[in-house]
Amino acid sequence: MVKIKEKIYQWIFGVLAFASLFFLVGIMIVLFREALPIFKKVSLIHFLGGQYWYPTYDPPEFGIFPLILASFWVCLGAMAVCVPLGVGSALYINELASVRQKAILKPAIEILAGVPSIVYGFFGMAVMAPLLQNLFHLSIGLCLFSASLTLGIMATPTVCSIAEDALSYVPNTFREASFAVGASRWQTLTRVIIPAAGSGISTAIILGMSRAIGETMTVLMVAGGAAVIPKSLFDPVRPMTSAIAAEMGEAPMGSDHYHALFAIALILFLITFVFNIIAEIISRRFRVKLGLAG
Amino acid sequence: MDKIVKMRAKEVNFYYGQHHALKNINLKIYANEVTAVIGPSGCGKSTFVRLLNRMNELVVHSRLEGEILLDGKNILELDIDPVEVRKRVGMVFQKPNPFPKSIFENISYGLEINGFKDRRQIEDRVVESLKKAALWDEVKDRLHDSALRLSGGQQQRLCIARCLAIAPEVILFDEPCASLDPISTKKIEDLILELEKDYTIVIVTHNMQQAARISDYTGFFLMGDLIEFDKTEQMFTAPKDKRTEDYITGRFG
Repeated sequence: MVKIKEKIYQWIFGVLAFASLFFLVGIMIVLFREALPIFKKVSLIHFLGGQYWYPTYDPPEFGIFPLILASFWVCLGAMAVCVPLGVGSALYINELASVRQKAILKPAIEILAGVPSIVYGFFGMAVMAPLLQNLFHLSIGLCLFSASLTLGIMATPTVCSIAEDALSYVPNTFREASFAVGASRWQTLTRVIIPAAGSGISTAIILGMSRAIGETMTVLMVAGGAAVIPKSLFDPVRPMTSAIAAEMGEAPMGSDHYHALFAIALILFLITFVFNIIAEIISRRFRVKLGLAG
Repeated sequence: MDKIVKMRAKEVNFYYGQHHALKNINLKIYANEVTAVIGPSGCGKSTFVRLLNRMNELVVHSRLEGEILLDGKNILELDIDPVEVRKRVGMVFQKPNPFPKSIFENISYGLEINGFKDRRQIEDRVVESLKKAALWDEVKDRLHDSALRLSGGQQQRLCIARCLAIAPEVILFDEPCASLDPISTKKIEDLILELEKDYTIVIVTHNMQQAARISDYTGFFLMGDLIEFDKTEQMFTAPKDKRTEDYITGRFG
């Protein structure tokens, strides 16, 4: 009787565990199936490199280069914000903060990570954009710059908490060894701790990038939405995610436009997939280096 | 001839939060001698040794009273930089803790942060300290390999070399053989006896035979008290305190 019960439990949990694999495969199949038909109309080269995204014109143009570029610049801009902010605060929390400061800062950052992206979007729209508009005398505050800034703040907790984990994995014995040869706190930090945690910190940065490039709601609200190649930091842009979110509702099912949007999603999926693989490889190397992995 | 007192603890009390970890410790450490600190786990012996180069400051919520003198000067004074103290009083830890860098860099790091700039001079110092630590022959062909690929005993000798490179006057060993096999332990012990000529050595050990083999003086700690301090020979043949006798004859600990 007990044995049968054990078997049933094992079976149930096994199914649950494999469910996520099933979903992943399912998503990939759907993405490929819905995306591929567009490449009968436009070549992959033209799709990726084309400068015009006019999906509803006659004849339509399906060039997503402006969208890719928008995602790229927004992501890069977000990195410029969240890497110093996230890594810097992780270093402070792990190496310098008193116990009391740590007890306040760590939960605060975790709560920041839990704020829904639409709230960041609101914040970007209602606070950041008007502020930038006044500050730089822009005609509109919704642009590449404001999107980067909002997204950067949003990705900061991700970067910070993963970088902080990486730092906390650096054994205390390294710190002691460094202090014992007469190193100052700063020398220990820059010459022992950061190199030792380096690949962990890189993982944090890549996962932050992956978060920034996949984020939809915020950029939809804050980036301005123009599908043209940006010429300045203050041009409105339409990253890949917001193009899909904004247009999916109006694209007739099964149309070229519909398939083109799926193709964008596929490319986005592949980008984040590659990011995650790179992050995984680096973090594995990191664990080996510190002797944490078998 | 009177022996030179290199370091001295005067009425030292140490607290971890509410816990009174060291109680009124008075002890002299003589120059160019090996002083062993023995006692059961949790008796405060490691804590005591960590005060001698101010490594205790890395622990939060601790409090220290009393004086610790190095060549007659109190190293606990506020205007004394702990970094300076640690250059003069080196330390080798219980678990070998090389940096995840190459063998060479493990030693050059300490030199560089201590202001050595000339490459040639650094190289000479690295070789010299590896020789002093009796590791040179084993690693001379692979100085740029990762230090983590060395065996435990080799890693510990590398840590000793790292410590020697910055030319300390006193070296603290905190149970340096606790994680090593008997052969590696023997090598470290021989090395300590060799180093005694040039350095003042303090060694914390769990192993009473080790204390008897290599030390000139021994202090016995029990629950934060220094029960007895004497010449090692004296202590191991005719201990004055009953508790010392019980401990060294293996009745507890």
